[in-house]
Order: sequence, then structure tokens, then C-alpha cells
Amino acid sequence: MAVDTQVATVRPPLAYRARGILRGLQTGDEAAYLIVLTSAMAIIVLTGLLVLELFWNSSLTRHAFGWSFLWGRTWDPVFQKFGALPFIYGTVVTSALALLLAVPIGLGSALFLAELAPRRLSDALTFLVELLAAVPSVIYGLLGVFVLVPFLEAWVVPALKATLGFLPLFQGRFEGVSLFSAGVVLAIMIVPFIVSVSRGVLLAVPNDIREGALALGATRWETTWRFVMPSARKGIFGSIFLALARALGETMAVTMVIGNTPTISTSLLAPGYTIAAVIANEFTEATSDFYIHALVELGLVLFGLTILINGVARLLILTTSREAAR
Amino acid sequence: MSGVSFRRRAVNAVMLGLMGLCTLLAVGVLLFILGFLFVKGASSLNWAFLTKLPKPVGESGGGMANAILGSFKVLALATAIGFPIGFLAGVYLSEYGHGPFPAVVRYVTDLLNGVPSIVMGVFAYTLVVLPMKHFSAIAGGLALGVMMIPIAVRSTEEFLRGVPRDLREAAMALGSRKWRSIASVVVPTAAQGILTAVMLDLARVAGETAPLLFTSFNNRFWSPGWNQPTATLPVMIFTYAISPYDDWHRQAWAAGFLLLASIFAINIAARFLVSRGFSHSH
Repeated sequence: MAVDTQVATVRPPLAYRARGILRGLQTGDEAAYLIVLTSAMAIIVLTGLLVLELFWNSSLTRHAFGWSFLWGRTWDPVFQKFGALPFIYGTVVTSALALLLAVPIGLGSALFLAELAPRRLSDALTFLVELLAAVPSVIYGLLGVFVLVPFLEAWVVPALKATLGFLPLFQGRFEGVSLFSAGVVLAIMIVPFIVSVSRGVLLAVPNDIREGALALGATRWETTWRFVMPSARKGIFGSIFLALARALGETMAVTMVIGNTPTISTSLLAPGYTIAAVIANEFTEATSDFYIHALVELGLVLFGLTILINGVARLLILTTSREAAR
Repeated sequence: MSGVSFRRRAVNAVMLGLMGLCTLLAVGVLLFILGFLFVKGASSLNWAFLTKLPKPVGESGGGMANAILGSFKVLALATAIGFPIGFLAGVYLSEYGHGPFPAVVRYVTDLLNGVPSIVMGVFAYTLVVLPMKHFSAIAGGLALGVMMIPIAVRSTEEFLRGVPRDLREAAMALGSRKWRSIASVVVPTAAQGILTAVMLDLARVAGETAPLLFTSFNNRFWSPGWNQPTATLPVMIFTYAISPYDDWHRQAWAAGFLLLASIFAINIAARFLVSRGFSHSH
């Protein structure tokens, strides 16, 4: 007996494992494992490749301009001078405007759907709002060009000029395509995300909190605002960051209504440009390697920006759902 | 005392009213979009639009038959690339998914889900178009395919995890191998859910335009095979909408209507499937 065990321990473990794998392959278990593992690794390889390709194919401009690419104000393909500031500015301004308009409306709807509406109505309306999220960007662009911009021109902008016209934000001539139009289109596009995620977070708040507050004599609104909202706060911020990440990377609808002019203007009524829009418009025109590398570097900037915002959003949503589960 | 109470009641009524108003606004926008697109698009749709090639620039008439077929081709390719990888990785995460490596896979999948579609286009461009030196349906399919992966992974994992443990144990107790129990018991049980998720995934990328602009590009003629610039509906909508021709605007509306109707049809069918699936299992 003792001799037997000794022999077993002396035997090289590699051969053991090789035999195990061989037997596993015959029965199919190891093969199946290898196949699914390869697919999982393929995702990591693809994502790594995505980052590397963006990095490699922007090397020319990264070396030529360094970090000054980010704050250069000139974008001149003819003289090979590339600075991203006008696009970063346009991206940030339109996204900020979109959030400013979409957050109150989205949050209001989410509160209504989670706190007030009967469950069945809430589910039906949520389905409708989520359908809104399924509308492709290019169709928002189509409606933006032919419906929203004329509407803004005829009704909204004259009213804004009459009331807030003294602000530098609303100076100058409105030409239809503008930072303002892009912000409004973006707002319409991100409302569904805020509604759908915030509603989910609100529904996860335990009912005890509502019942307790109501029992103490709080009105429905006070219950919602002072008791439910604070417990869902992080998750709601998460939904807003998620919507922000969408807005930053949104391309088609913005490209169609922003005017595509690489300038930095204080007035929202002036045309502008965003990172995504310039990539969409100029990629097929880019003839020199240097020009292509400048555009890919813009893609790299956009990638970094959205990954950062998404990370924050995920962290916030994750911590709320953990707290709610506790 | 009663004054305070009145103020509180008034605030309550106003705020609740505002909340309702916000919902009305959000839903109203949807109904407006649907209504407008339906009226404008359905009236622009005709037989020539569905069956004819585009006319030369500036001439009216013609259609988008090549773009309709092109969209199908690119989407088929995207599904062929995105679904197998996403599905198998989902099986990995659900059935073998303990420990640090699966956690990394989940994290990277989420990361990939957050990549803007235009950046995915740039990726496919550098990966396929640059080495091949021309635009092709393959490049477009790759861009959309990679975009499909994250949702396919997460929904496969979620639906497989929903399969009760008892079923797996029963299969094992009958002497089947692990892969056998996954392939013949676990996956079929979750098949309906996974199918729904793939439909929604497909609907999500079906309207994507930005990643196709410089990958599958555009074409005013048929594009035989997979290796040529290929017209797709979303890109056609973009090109026609920003053109100066009235007839092209009409066709953009028709294409928008066709695209949105297909996407909504898939969404509603998927929703129907899910609700039927649940009533079966409970």
C-alpha cells in the first residue's frame, strides 16, 4: 500500500493533467470549456485591439502636437494644423445643455412612473418611453432638420430672445443649425435613459420608507422628495452620468443640426461642431495619413471621455443597488 | 396651523401635477414622432422605392432597393460575428463564471458597451478598411457585430442564470456530462429569452449610421458579394436628408418610416415573446 502512494506522488503532475485533458476532450467537457473560454477571451482581445488600433493610428499627430492637441484652437486640414478645442467645446456645451433640459423632465417622469402611477399604467408608459430609446439617431436627425429646427426658429428662439436676449448666450443671428438645436435634440434623445434607469432605482427603494413617512403625516410629495429621493440619490446620479455618456458620443442627430463649423462662440444660437460630428463628416475626405491620424486621435479622446463617465455611472448605480439590497 | 397645512397641500398638488406633466411631455414627444413619421413616411412610400435602384443625382424617382438589401446583408454579417461570440461568452460567464477572470470579462464587456458607435466605426476602419484599402460590407458588419457582443453576453448570462439549479442537477444525476446538460437542458430552457434578447440587440444596431459611414460607405448600385462599398438604409437617410433635392427628402422620409417600422416591429414582437414566455413558466 505504502509503495503505491509513493509511486503516485512521484509521477509528474504534467502528465497527469495532460491525461486528464485528453480524457476530457474525449468526453467533450474540456472541449466545450475551451470553446466558451476562447469566446470570452476574444472579447478581451477585441477590446484591447480597439484601444491599440486607436493608439497606433493616431501616433503621427500625437507625436507632432503632444497634449497641445487638446487645446489647439485651429483645425486646418490644408495646412495640417490640428487642434481639438472647438470640438471639445461643442461636445461639452451641447451635452451640458441637453442635461439641463432632460434631467428635470426625465426625473419628473421617473418619479411619476415609480411613485404615483398605478403599476399597470406605469408599465405601459415605461414601455412607450423605452421605445423612444429604440428610435435610431439618424431619424432624430431627420426630424431635427425638417421639424425641430423650423419650430425652434418660429417659436422658441424669438421667445428666448425677448426674455433672455440680454444674456451673451442668446446673442446674434439664429441660423437654424446651431449648438442650441443640437442640445435640444440630444435632450429628447437622452430623456428615455434617465426615465428608465431612474425608475428602476426608485422602484428598488423599500416600501417601508414610504409607509413610514406617510404614517408620520408627510404629504405624498414630501415623502417622495425628502425620503425616497435621498435613498435613491446615487442611482439617480448614475442614470444622469449614463445619459451624459450617451450624449457625448451621439453622432448623427447632432451632425445634422449643429452646423458643422469649427469655431468657439459664446452664443448658443451660433453653429458649432462636436468630436463625433467631425469624425463622421471628414473621415471619408481625409486623404493624407496625417489627417486620418488627427481624426483617429479625436476618436481616442472621445473614447477616453465616455469610458470615464461610464465608469463613474456604473460605480454610482452599483453602490445604490448594494445599499438597497442591504 | 391650517395655513401651513394648506401650503403643504398646495405644494403637494403642484409638484405631483408637474410630475404628471413631465410624463405627458415625454410620452407626447414619442407619439408626435411616431405620428409624424407615419404620416410623412407612409405617404412617401411607393413600389418604386422598394424595388428600384437610385436614380442619378438630381433626378427624381427611383428607389432604395439596393440599400434595403444592403442593410440585410450588413446586419446578417453583424449577427454572424456578434451573436456566436456573445452567446458563448455568456455561457462561459453563467456556467463557469467564478473567480477573477470572469470578473475581468464582465468588466471589459461593460466597457465595450459604453464605446460610442462612431468610435466603433473608426475601429473597423483601421482594422479592415485601411489594410484592404477600400470600403466593404465586411467592415460595416464587423463594426455592428462588435457592437452587438456586449448585450448578447449579458442577456445570455442573465437568462441562463435564471434556469433553476434542479434542472442542471437532474441532468447530471441522469449521468450526462456538464456540456451535455448545458447544451440539451440549460440552453433550450432559456432559448426563448435569449432569442428575444438577440432580436432586441439586432434592433438596436439596425438603425446605427455613424459606424457605417466610413466602413460599408454607400453605393448607388447593387453591390454583389461582401467586398464592395454597400448602401444601407440608415446611411441613405443621412445622405438624402442633407441633400438639397426635394425628392430625396421624400425618399429619406420613406426610408425612415421603413426603418423605424421594422425596429418597432421587432421590439414589440420581442416584448410579446417575453410575456408569453413568463406565462408559460409560471
